[in-house]
Amino acid sequence: MRHTSAVVVGAGHCGLAMSRCLAARSVDHVVLERGDVAHSWRTRRWDSLRLLTPNWMTRLPGYAYRGDDPDGYLGAPEVARLLADYAAESAAPVVTGTTVTSTRAEAGGYVVRTDRGSWRTRTVVVATGATAVAAVPARLAQGVPAEVVTVTAADYRNPDRLPPGGVLVVGASASGVQIAEELQRSGRPVTLAVGEHVRVPRTYRGRDILWWMDASGLLDERWDQVPDLLRARNLPSMQLVGSPQRTTLDLNALAALGVRLVGRFAGVRDRTAQFAGSLPGVCTLADLKLGRLLDTLDAWADRAGIAAGPPHRFAPTAPPVPAALSARLGDGGIATIVWATGYRPDLSFLEVDVFDRRGAVVHDGGVTASPGLYVLGLPFLRRRKSTLIDGAAADADELAEHLLGHLDALPRRRAG
Amino acid sequence: MTVNQDTITSTSGVDNGVNVEALLGARDALADAPEIAQFQWRSTVSWVNGTHSRADVETFYGFCEEQRHSKSFSFDMDHPLQFASQDNGITPAEVVLVALGGCLTAGVAAVAQQRGIQLRSVLATVSGEMDLHGILGADPDVRNGFSGVRVDYRIDADATPAEIEALVAQSQKRSAVYDTLTSPTAVTVTIS
Repeated sequence: MRHTSAVVVGAGHCGLAMSRCLAARSVDHVVLERGDVAHSWRTRRWDSLRLLTPNWMTRLPGYAYRGDDPDGYLGAPEVARLLADYAAESAAPVVTGTTVTSTRAEAGGYVVRTDRGSWRTRTVVVATGATAVAAVPARLAQGVPAEVVTVTAADYRNPDRLPPGGVLVVGASASGVQIAEELQRSGRPVTLAVGEHVRVPRTYRGRDILWWMDASGLLDERWDQVPDLLRARNLPSMQLVGSPQRTTLDLNALAALGVRLVGRFAGVRDRTAQFAGSLPGVCTLADLKLGRLLDTLDAWADRAGIAAGPPHRFAPTAPPVPAALSARLGDGGIATIVWATGYRPDLSFLEVDVFDRRGAVVHDGGVTASPGLYVLGLPFLRRRKSTLIDGAAADADELAEHLLGHLDALPRRRAG
Repeated sequence: MTVNQDTITSTSGVDNGVNVEALLGARDALADAPEIAQFQWRSTVSWVNGTHSRADVETFYGFCEEQRHSKSFSFDMDHPLQFASQDNGITPAEVVLVALGGCLTAGVAAVAQQRGIQLRSVLATVSGEMDLHGILGADPDVRNGFSGVRVDYRIDADATPAEIEALVAQSQKRSAVYDTLTSPTAVTVTIS
């Protein structure tokens, strides 16, 4: 059994940021990684995926983007390379090829078991990511006929791997709209099932929407100040794509490409997918929400004296009237279903009583009720930007400070 | 447990007659005892004569025990004279429209209260399109139910047009009847 003060689980951007913050405080620690650094960026992303955030926002503790394309968007292999370089530059104590199998509270600390030996540690930082597992609605998946090919956004790679024929993409957040566009352009007729979604333009008044959200302070909104944290933590991802052309990929753009928009995928009956009749309602909600966001940004720009193009508004979403309420599954109809219905963390290795009745980890800004156990990189953990790469620095810094305070309060273990 | 109706308080001075604090309190209570959220709504419907039947509603289940309305409610349903019926009440299909308008309008009031918006008048005009070829079995391609339902709101309130739009949108998002109409619902009919 090896000993350390802190075990960080996962060597993605969050784990590496935490490692850097712990090293800066001289906290001895180890970062356990099941694969290589940035494992998910190497293995769980589709081929054409790029970051939603522009390169200049790719900031980590002690690191800022140095390339010559600050307004571009990194692809997954580039992110993996960047994180590997960052780990090397930080001399992060990463132990690769080591899968954590269990973590238990024991004797005022934790025992972390892996497939390659165990660690006794006084603290644990879980940085395995918010998107470890694709969340698929089981009730719907059960009803899908066997001959329909199903794939999640995490397993999807490119159109060539899918059979020809119609595709139903379920979910119209970032993953869903991007995959729907790519498949429609591949010549497959795409039906996109749209529930509640967050519509944003790629650029506004000549600047990237994330520039606006960053500069105006929206992304820095804190978990302990937002009015409805539950809602903020469950918000779907923004309808964005990081393309070199900086295109806006909203429902109107997809409809113009020929994507058939339908309501939320609500049921399967007699080999037929049923869609909710609420498409106009969710489109109106998203349009109103977008309007409020732009109002906020315009007001801030006025106050801050920002030089930018003139304020304007985008055309309302124009869903088909009436939208289709059903689609044939198999049989020359929908041949493939892509579940782009969100992701969730996989904390099954965590055998500590910090979960609510639905299995979600309970924490206050990343601090769990089990002393010395922290989580990082979850939606709105401490800030609106907590799941962005750019959100790791501030969260990791504050939690490292908390962790140090916890270590200092513990009775010192005798050396040796 | 009951939702307390006594105190309709509001720091904003806005009063739409909705006890938002009690509703939000109920949401907090759910976190500690999720089982209290399991409700069952009921009605008995007895045939009177011809197409005339009467629905009675008195009890429901919720908060982990049997509950009762403050009195029994009765609704007559029938078909109009144009259907060679006696017109003892509105048609069951119209009841669905009534339910939708009632549910959305209650939602508008609740959301307005929570957002500090004083309502002066709210009028929903609800309509449903139906092709009788369906229920008459005259065309298998025509469905029995509404091919579409429209709700049009006229709202007078201390709010901007955008705020009023947001009220109506939010009300749809949290409406039981809107969800029941827009999403498929399993219906089981038995004989005992």
